Amino acid sequence: MAFTNEQLERYSRHIILKEVGAKGQKKLSQAKVLIIGAGGLGAPAALYLAAAGVGTIGIVDADEVDLSNLQRQVIHATADIGKPKVQSAKETMEAINPDITVNTYHTFVTSENVMDLIKDYDFILDGTDNFPAKFLINDACVMAKKPFSHAGIIRFKGQLMTYVPGQGPCYRCVFKNPPPKDAVPTCRQAGVIGAMGGVIGSLQAMEAVKYIVGAGDLLTGYLLTFDALKMEWHKVKLPPDTSKCAVCGNHPTITELIDYEQIECTEH
Amino acid sequence: MRLTVAGKTKDYEDGITVAKLIELENVETPEYVTVTVNDEFVESGDFGNTVLKDGDTVEFLYFMGGGSIAQHTDRN
Ligand SMILES: [Zn+2]
Repeated sequence: MAFTNEQLERYSRHIILKEVGAKGQKKLSQAKVLIIGAGGLGAPAALYLAAAGVGTIGIVDADEVDLSNLQRQVIHATADIGKPKVQSAKETMEAINPDITVNTYHTFVTSENVMDLIKDYDFILDGTDNFPAKFLINDACVMAKKPFSHAGIIRFKGQLMTYVPGQGPCYRCVFKNPPPKDAVPTCRQAGVIGAMGGVIGSLQAMEAVKYIVGAGDLLTGYLLTFDALKMEWHKVKLPPDTSKCAVCGNHPTITELIDYEQIECTEH
Repeated sequence: MRLTVAGKTKDYEDGITVAKLIELENVETPEYVTVTVNDEFVESGDFGNTVLKDGDTVEFLYFMGGGSIAQHTDRN
């Protein structure tokens, strides 16, 4: 499939990059990325991936757009309040780029559906806000051998890491088990500065694009943290030994997906 | 002794443990922080008996949620 003149113009700033080129842009158009959570992180990630021409983008979210979401979830507008977030996101993405296909999944992720949701995708973005979902996505991606980007944001801080099978630690290597309910503050309880989703969600999109086109080094084996109040980035090297991990290690003790008790962090 | 903690090199009292450093650095939710010393994990049960030495690099890794609800929750 050759690019049309319109596509050559649309993607010209990508194609001119030696790390992308026409070849990389073609890879993007053939790639499939799944975004779990159309909120603070997923919204900016979805916008950039749509604009970048990622051919198939899936979005999973069970929620409807709420007024309190609009401070940071920039893919939704005031007129979308009450609409399923996946629908609102799809409309915005298709308005930006009619070349792409957006698949919507108006559901929560559970141990029952997560393998099915991720199976057709090349790269997964974890844009969820709660630890049961984060552990579930990690374990499912490890078991299905899918690369994914983990991210979290709270107050004026954010962090992310990338997992690629066989290329370094998974989320559970670093954080063994979800914290008990209400043990660590959540966005609803603690707040989050709106632009933080833009900073960290955009970096998740960046990792997806780099993975697809094969450019540079991914955040595998590192956790990148950002403190906006101090305007400081810190790239933490993670211990490279994954052999003892309960899910990605040599002798995994977690061989089935777990639905942990949901912590209280609705965005309402 | 000199330690590099979360990327910053500072002087600390000789022979402090990871537990003491957590206290000195006002680590939020210390029960749930992941600690590495020189790129190796320290189990939380060992914070009190892991003595740091000059030149060690210590990192604190925190749970961070954020984003959007995408898992079933008992909402009201
Ligand atoms: Zn692991």
